Amino acid sequence: MLLSVTNLVVRNRPPVSFELAAGECLCLSGPSGVGKTLLLRALADLDLNEGEVLLDGRRRETWPPAEWRSRVMLVPSESYWWAPTVGDHFARRDERLLEALGFGPAVMDWRVERLSSGERQRLAVARALVRAPRVLLLDEPTANLDPESTARVEAVLGACRRDTAAGMLWVSHSQAQIRRVADGWFSMTEEGLGEVQRLS
Amino acid sequence: MIALSVFDLSLAAVLVLLLALVSRRVHPGMDRQLTVAAVRTVVQLLLIGLVLKALFASTGLLWVALLSLLMLAVAGREVMARQHRRFVGLWGYGIGLVSMFISSFSVTLFALLAVIGNQPWYEPQYAIPLLGMLLGNTMNGVSLALDRLTQSAWDQRAVIEARLMLGDSSAEAISDIRRQVFRSGLIPIINAMAAAGVVSLPGMMTGQILAGAPPVEAVKYQILIMFLITAGAGFGTLAAVHLAVRRLFDDRQRLRLERLTR
Repeated sequence: MLLSVTNLVVRNRPPVSFELAAGECLCLSGPSGVGKTLLLRALADLDLNEGEVLLDGRRRETWPPAEWRSRVMLVPSESYWWAPTVGDHFARRDERLLEALGFGPAVMDWRVERLSSGERQRLAVARALVRAPRVLLLDEPTANLDPESTARVEAVLGACRRDTAAGMLWVSHSQAQIRRVADGWFSMTEEGLGEVQRLS
Repeated sequence: MIALSVFDLSLAAVLVLLLALVSRRVHPGMDRQLTVAAVRTVVQLLLIGLVLKALFASTGLLWVALLSLLMLAVAGREVMARQHRRFVGLWGYGIGLVSMFISSFSVTLFALLAVIGNQPWYEPQYAIPLLGMLLGNTMNGVSLALDRLTQSAWDQRAVIEARLMLGDSSAEAISDIRRQVFRSGLIPIINAMAAAGVVSLPGMMTGQILAGAPPVEAVKYQILIMFLITAGAGFGTLAAVHLAVRRLFDDRQRLRLERLTR
């Protein structure tokens, strides 16, 4: 199993357990404030949390923290940019990936303060993908995007699953999107995580 | 040296009183603050004068060490009081205290043993004023740097965590802040060295000249002091930033801002 989570507890929320296979995409939905973002942050080990998380059968505590996060990578709903140009945030240039997201190679020299919110969101997915994570934790990755950009992001993430067998945990509120991208779907309530519903 | 009488000091005090009277019209309450601060200066300096007088008479290592530790404790409290967001618990006091102890004490010891070489090495006429000047300047650097570090980490939490999420180590994630903070801790002392003798005549040198020392001898002492202060403040700031950064993150390199006061 790529990622297995057993009794993960963050801030007195109910314990969470689930498994994610290589190349699998599970969608997660639920009312806001129920703890979806907290769950993703805990999986990336950004907040104090308890429970067992294994990547390829190896316990999280045995990975150096930075290595864990570069393999189990969180793409938050709002992205932050600290250096002057877009390219400064990229570990590697990948022109095919950028083109698939609707950008030319010149985007690497763009100033970050000139990016629109939609551009930021697409580029945040790109800068995560070039680091080749094993698991992607996606917090509403298409929330601010128009239908065309949404389709591009979905296509790029789909290609990543096929090519690198990355697993994905994808927070989405759109039933149509879930049917397009997911192998399975579960919902989160105050009582915790529901059973995974398989989608054909 | 011409000794000052109480009357001489009163003449100078009249200037401060005059300022207090005038400032009352511009800013009510300023007169009170001025007077209180002036009285504190008189009382605190007279007290330390008496302490030094007694100390110079005894020249015991124990008493020198006790006064040094007291000065360190007060400096540590002062660093803590100047933090807008300090670490909760003992860390709030300890980081400043430990870094000032490491830098000020070792630099003072080095100066006494290796540079000045008087007998005995802990002779209070040298040890206490040296330590005082080092502590005072190190305290400024340490408190400036710590205050900026904790405030920047608080304000830039989202950026730090964004870098962690992309697989940066905690050291990489906070490297930009760390650089700026170290600079802000060292700028005062760099400015002081650059302006020395041109814009300002440093207080210690002025004091020695007034006491009748030959100007070039006074200048040599001032250069020594400037270098010691730079080393003390610089290493103190490095140590404080190092300890504080370690405390901002835990063993899993999570940013732990709940360790700061709100």
